[in-house]
Amino acid sequence: MSGPSNYQPTSAFGKWMHERLPIYAFVKETALDFPTPKNLNYWFTFGGILAVMLVVQIITGIVLVMHYTPQTDMAFSSVEHIMRDVNYGWMLRYMHMNGASMFFIAVYIHMFRGMYYGSYKAPREVLWMIGVIIYLIMMATAFMGYVLPWGQMSFWGAKVITNLFSAIPFVGDTVTTWLWGGYSVDNPTLNRFFSLHYLLPFVLAGVVFLHIWALHVPGNNNPTGISVKGPQDTVPFHPYYTMKDGFAILVFFIFYGIFVFYGPNYMGDAVNYVPANPLVTPAHIKPEWYYLPFYAILRAVPDKLLGVIAMFSSILILLALPWLDTSRVRSGNYRPIFRGFFWVFAIVCVALGYIGSKPPEGSYVLWGRILAFYYFFHFIVILPLVGLLESPKPLPSSISDDVLAKRKPMLAPAE
Amino acid sequence: MRLVSTAVHADVNRRDFLMVATGAVAGVGAALVAWPFISQMNPDASVLALSSVEVDLAPIAEGQSIIIKWRGNPLIIRHRSQADIDTAKAVKVSDLLDNNPRNANAKGNDGATDANRVVDGKEQFLVMLGVCTHLGCVPQGDLGDYGVVTGNATTGGWLCPCHGSQYDTAGRVRRGPAPENLPVPPYVYLTDTKIRVG
Ligand code: HEM
Ligand code: FES
Repeated sequence: MSGPSNYQPTSAFGKWMHERLPIYAFVKETALDFPTPKNLNYWFTFGGILAVMLVVQIITGIVLVMHYTPQTDMAFSSVEHIMRDVNYGWMLRYMHMNGASMFFIAVYIHMFRGMYYGSYKAPREVLWMIGVIIYLIMMATAFMGYVLPWGQMSFWGAKVITNLFSAIPFVGDTVTTWLWGGYSVDNPTLNRFFSLHYLLPFVLAGVVFLHIWALHVPGNNNPTGISVKGPQDTVPFHPYYTMKDGFAILVFFIFYGIFVFYGPNYMGDAVNYVPANPLVTPAHIKPEWYYLPFYAILRAVPDKLLGVIAMFSSILILLALPWLDTSRVRSGNYRPIFRGFFWVFAIVCVALGYIGSKPPEGSYVLWGRILAFYYFFHFIVILPLVGLLESPKPLPSSISDDVLAKRKPMLAPAE
Repeated sequence: MRLVSTAVHADVNRRDFLMVATGAVAGVGAALVAWPFISQMNPDASVLALSSVEVDLAPIAEGQSIIIKWRGNPLIIRHRSQADIDTAKAVKVSDLLDNNPRNANAKGNDGATDANRVVDGKEQFLVMLGVCTHLGCVPQGDLGDYGVVTGNATTGGWLCPCHGSQYDTAGRVRRGPAPENLPVPPYVYLTDTKIRVG
């Protein structure tokens, strides 16, 4: 992080503390005074929103555990007990349930932001890859959380997802039996998922620390994509970005609140209010909305092992993104051809999500295949070629110049 | 002087050796300690104890299927009609996606013929797990393109609601993504109409 401290405590207590644990100096340098590009727009507030949502999930989760029972005969009714009997239980559970969806909305915006502004490019490759790992842990956490209420979707979602591992050649069945602790998803499975669902968010917090550490080495990217050249390009994080992030968090909470209070089950599946039945699969099983694009890719391939490989590759390919994009210009604002393909890709991802929510019949199958093909085509062919063939627009000479140029009508700079 | 000389020449190899040896012992120790932590996740004694069930086949009418629970999984027992059996026998093994009978009771693998999926002389009873070999959903009976079609009704044959795999009247996979036939568990006839599964 930054150099030796030049912070001088003024109060007697401050001095006493500074000699023993210089925590305030640390916070001041790495957070409050941290030099941040002065042109960040609202797309850059989602990192802060994500951090707050992690805290919301941990707090609501800890209080839910005070009333929840991880046992197949009682799990479903203990969640209903939370909903009906526990004081404010309905609110706490709806906050946790919709909080997971909000977490994913924020992470998807955060990731597409990174893709548009080239935040994965040198020197931020490790920062980006840690982000992909965070995303993977989030998916595992939300998957295990969704199993806990032990409804029909909980059970069948768990069965289908754990069965993905049975596709591994030779040891597949041994691995799934080990994951289940039995011959099917059952009480041992529920117990271990509960244990891990409690653990993983704290692992996540640790990896988020690494993510922020890796962010503080090169500093933030910004909408121009060009690097900070001097103090004229930055402002201290506090108060400028504590205010901007704070405002964004407030607006996001309003959006979140609308779901918690007026549409708490809008994003959920009604079938999960039917208790788990290991003998009957619901007619249309589909995962929560945030997994749908990957589910569509899984189903696009008519072979079991290849389908599973395609699904995992579609996520892991993000790790290679820094090397697949051959352009050295970061921001999509200066890459006219890339920008077109970026939006096509974003639409393809949403369309894959739509296909994932539909039964695997008729034209949905064909469209699923075309879109899944395009998903990989974007990474493997389009990104490397566009970087080589495109001629980017001229970059501004500095962040500061760019900001001032946009202000010209109001504030003609005296040259 | 002696100390300096040992540090510079003689002990370099001995130190390296000690480092490697210490590291190796620690590594083996860590692996030994890790094993109980991994093994505890495998099925425990109480799960293993629940593994057999007896079923009376007499009440199952011809054309009827029942589903019971065995080792936490659905077990399908179907009393097949003659049309079911004839349809299954008419299929050429070269048309099958999986030519392994997947029958825990069959000796060896000589093709997934209808006869290899059932017990000799008891062809009418098809006993198999209702666990789709794709990702584990329960296939729904009397559906799909591989049952017996009379008018616009289908009997026999299974369709998996999850990703559309289809099985024929002998429970053999006929359309993917499922890679294998529905597995036949180990079972024996205790009396003429009673079986023990597991
Ligand atoms: C990364 C953070 C987290 C995510 C994304 C997450 C996600 C989820 C999801 C999707 C559910 C299912 C909600 C439903 O449909 O009912 C759930 C349930 C649950 N979670 Fe979490 N969770 C997180 C953190 C935590 C933590 C830290 C704890 C405990 C300390 C916890 C405890 C629980 C409990 C007890 C349930 C079952 C009650 C219920 O279904 O509402 N969660 N979680
Ligand atoms: S689980 Fe049956 S087709 Fe996928």
